[in-house]
Amino acid sequence: MGQTYRYTLGTKTYQFRDLAELMAKATAQRSGDRLAGVIAQSAQERAVAQMTLAEVPLKTFLNEALIPYEDDEITRLILDDHDAHAFKAIAHLTVGGFRNWLLSDFATPGVLASVRAAITPEMAAAVSKIMRNQDLILIAKKCHVTSAFRNTIGLPGHLSTRLQPNHPTDDINGIAASMLDGLLYGNGDAVIGINPATDNVAQAIKLMTLMDDVIQKYEIPTQSCVLTHVTNTIECIEAGAPVDLVFQSVGGTEATNTSFGFNLNTLAEAQDAALSLKRGTVGSNVMYFETGQGSSLSANAHHGLDQQTCEARAYAVARKFNPLLVNTVVGFIGPEYLFDGKEITRAGLEDHFCGKLLGIPMGCDVCYTNHAEADQNDMDNLLTLLGVAGCSFVMGIPGSDDIMLNYQTTSFHDALYVRRVLGSKPAPEFEAWLSKMKIMQSTENVTLSDSLPAAFVKPLNAISGGN
Amino acid sequence: MANNPKALNVNTNHKSNGKVVHNPWSDLRRFTDARIGLGRAGISLPTSEMLAFQLSHAQARDAVSFPLDINQMKNSLGVLTPRTPILHLHSQAGDRVSYLQRPDLGRKLSKKSQDILLDFMAEQKQTTPLNYDLALVVVDGLSSLAVQKNAHPFISELLAQLGKNQQLKLAPITLVEQGRVAIGDDIGELLNAQIVMVLIGERPGLSSPDSLGLYLTWAPKTGLNDACRNCISNIRPAGLSYEEAARRAVYLVREAKKLKLTGVNLKDRTQDNVIEHQQPNTHFLIG
Repeated sequence: MGQTYRYTLGTKTYQFRDLAELMAKATAQRSGDRLAGVIAQSAQERAVAQMTLAEVPLKTFLNEALIPYEDDEITRLILDDHDAHAFKAIAHLTVGGFRNWLLSDFATPGVLASVRAAITPEMAAAVSKIMRNQDLILIAKKCHVTSAFRNTIGLPGHLSTRLQPNHPTDDINGIAASMLDGLLYGNGDAVIGINPATDNVAQAIKLMTLMDDVIQKYEIPTQSCVLTHVTNTIECIEAGAPVDLVFQSVGGTEATNTSFGFNLNTLAEAQDAALSLKRGTVGSNVMYFETGQGSSLSANAHHGLDQQTCEARAYAVARKFNPLLVNTVVGFIGPEYLFDGKEITRAGLEDHFCGKLLGIPMGCDVCYTNHAEADQNDMDNLLTLLGVAGCSFVMGIPGSDDIMLNYQTTSFHDALYVRRVLGSKPAPEFEAWLSKMKIMQSTENVTLSDSLPAAFVKPLNAISGGN
Repeated sequence: MANNPKALNVNTNHKSNGKVVHNPWSDLRRFTDARIGLGRAGISLPTSEMLAFQLSHAQARDAVSFPLDINQMKNSLGVLTPRTPILHLHSQAGDRVSYLQRPDLGRKLSKKSQDILLDFMAEQKQTTPLNYDLALVVVDGLSSLAVQKNAHPFISELLAQLGKNQQLKLAPITLVEQGRVAIGDDIGELLNAQIVMVLIGERPGLSSPDSLGLYLTWAPKTGLNDACRNCISNIRPAGLSYEEAARRAVYLVREAKKLKLTGVNLKDRTQDNVIEHQQPNTHFLIG
């Protein structure tokens, strides 16, 4: 299968064994591709690979599966769901021509939405590989993707946040304290989502109930999620637990997802179960997916592909199930996959671009670990760039410090910073709630109230001894 | 400790603090180490909180980049187990940068280190029979600080508790530089040990740069995966105490010997009672 690609530069002819190798070598430098042994051997080889890739017709991606159709249910999903009719608008283009087309004034948000189903993850990944950061930002901003459950995520000019009140022992007052902190800093419209420290069904139900009680008591137009395995959530639903969103980490190859313990049927079953609860008020997007470059290699399930191409394929999985939220956990996996701030930044912009181009409500966990060559300044940069690109949501956590997962992500304060410098707003339903509760003085100017909102005075007095 | 978020707000009432707005809910920090109630300058972090974060990050970075003080470790462990030899080994990762980028190299012993173990075993063969019950492998991992601070007091507690229960024949203690968890498999196999216990510096958290991890593997041999191991995490004074960690480790060693396995089929039941009665179902936002 597959053809060899050649490019002659002066007296030297470069040869790429197949499309997978060409894609890998055209990828901006990152440690995970070096670890996998698929990285370009020189800067010049990378530049030549990009020039070669630019000449590949988009049609090629429909004829040359990077992972064989027979071997991988995600390849089957991608090719079986491809919209051949919509593809007519771009079928004549090469990868290089596709970049020009996407950047052109012709490619309005409406036009981009009309070709979503004609774009495969491999086409999105390929074109991203020959783009500069500003291209990734400019085009992503034109891709409008909205989703809804109890509020509306992804409207242009809006930036939502996941409130992430994790606690190392799931102490419920500790979790409640972080929830309160986040809500009073105007965070939590994408979801209130807990990574449980103890991962079992009973614990998940307890945490779901905790969040549901708060959402109901304070009438918060948002949704909750316990980030436990999809099969646990199915059991929670069967047990009658208040499940808003079903969570799962997803990868871009069948073998990756097998290592995660699920397949496409599992996700379909979970989606049906969550839909049957009819808990959404303004929409019925019930799935929440997380992804991240390097997960396939980490599971030794990458089939020789570069990590960014594997990542884009995960978005085909997400797209199938109409998610409310998808986010790449870009810097979590560590320096063996993304070494430093520069690699993390590039990957974050690529992931957001590919997700949006394919039509999923893409957010980003702008994050790093302490063994990566990165710091808060790198996160400030990526957060700002993603805000400009129209990223659907980011994380919000007390003081950037996740004391359960031991990594740093964006803080409640960071979300207010980016809203203020870019004039972006929370989901409209949540924005109205923040005003009604007098948490924010003005959502227009992003100013918080100076006094404690009345609804929270009583519980705080009660806990500090009734004074 | 300077990186304890509870101690952050030292300047809260100071007049020179500028126009910082304090959060009246900051005393909820008694429920969590999360950095809640930090207050704000406009909508941004106040200076003291911003600098405290930078300090925590600096401590975590140093924990990753500082090398393990091998001589100091050798001396302190030598006092603890005067009859057990201590061997100094190295993975195939030559330096910190290659260690961070190539986890595969950190899982394998260097040729020289393999020879050290082979030579040791050849020498031993002539004097004593070779049936070690337990090999302790001390690895720098991602936090030399965790190992430097916690390995010695933990091993001291472990040996005391092990001694109470059973007499185990201890293999030489190995100190490994630039190592990952799986390097214990190579070492355990070469030492012909029944069980290998790897003590390793965990990925440092912002508020926990000194977290020590423990991995227990029955019948160690090259190529095993994490499903074959049991793990005890967050061993440090501010996390899981040495005494409690040693209690769980002794339990796991005893069960492993009984069942002749470790991993997913060996459940840690030392906490079952604790979890069931642990927490109420209501909290202050609802209560």
